[in-house]
Amino acid sequence: MKRARPRLVKTGYDGPVMAMLEVEIWRGEGGGGAWRRYAVPHEANQTVLDVVTHVQRHIDPSLAYRFACRVGMCGSCAMTVNGRPRWTCRTHVSQAARKGRVRIGPLRNLPVIRDLAVDMAPFFEKWRDAGARFVPSGEPPEEPVRPDEPERRAADAGIECINCAVCYAACDSVAWNPDYPGPAVLNRLWTLANDRRDGDRDGHLDAAGAGCHLCRSHQECADACPTGLNPTAAIAGLKREVFRRALGGRTREGRQ
Amino acid sequence: MKEAWLFAAQRVSAMVLAPLVLLHLGTVLYAVRGGLSADEILARTEGSLFWGAVYGLFVLAAAVHAPIGLRAVLGEWCRWRGAGLDIAMALFGLVLLALGLRAVAAVL
Repeated sequence: MKRARPRLVKTGYDGPVMAMLEVEIWRGEGGGGAWRRYAVPHEANQTVLDVVTHVQRHIDPSLAYRFACRVGMCGSCAMTVNGRPRWTCRTHVSQAARKGRVRIGPLRNLPVIRDLAVDMAPFFEKWRDAGARFVPSGEPPEEPVRPDEPERRAADAGIECINCAVCYAACDSVAWNPDYPGPAVLNRLWTLANDRRDGDRDGHLDAAGAGCHLCRSHQECADACPTGLNPTAAIAGLKREVFRRALGGRTREGRQ
Repeated sequence: MKEAWLFAAQRVSAMVLAPLVLLHLGTVLYAVRGGLSADEILARTEGSLFWGAVYGLFVLAAAVHAPIGLRAVLGEWCRWRGAGLDIAMALFGLVLLALGLRAVAAVL
């Protein structure tokens, strides 16, 4: 069987003959727009973000996109690559391209500002509205927090979220239900609920209350998460814990 | 709080339904001969407390399970939410329960 090879064409860019990628990028403002084609030189170890940067620097400077750290820490450069939400700075073209073709669009489930830049406000507003932030208890825990205790392990399992919204874009429940807070927020609430230094465990579980039950456990978030977290497992933990509280009828008196 | 109880009710009813559905399918494959008719089935099950109890439980679990699932589907696909949906789903559950128990009563 013949292997598919990148197409060879004359470009004048970086040498006389080189392999080219066929790149389609979403161009347009707000709800409207169309896919536009670009030919981008294929290079070794090239990331999808490199491709977008090449288009903006050498072909069309009006292309809007967002990035910052380029090393997978800031969570700014998430886009939809060949139908799948990804962090583009850590996604090699060789991983994502199909037959030398790459199609790059904005993230799903968020309003498009222009081209590849989406408005992240709805994502962070849900985060804010759920109060998904650390609440200092004001006092040190009675027992020292051991790294190997079950609660700490549960918190650590979800702590490395970089807020890139890849899970939010991957999630069908987010697409179907505007009230659903999304996997990232619920994952954060679960890490807080398991953090013994946090002073408002019941508040975090209350905030997760109705929202966590809107998750349909499709595990798209776990599949897409670039840092390998499993928000579905965190949400399953929240569902159990929220029901346990409903059974016990506990009020928001704080953690004893 | 309501969602937490519905979540639990759906999971528990699913746990009840899982073995009963398998038993039901196995029974259908084993028992049906020469076409599926109420007379034929009743001829073999009538007066059996065991089958009455099995299908009584089946009907109860299905009447709990189905409306909760349908409520989620309608909420997401048709954007129908609120008290109206809850009442409609409660009625749907009651209809399932009535129809199912009517069939079970025939067995007993």
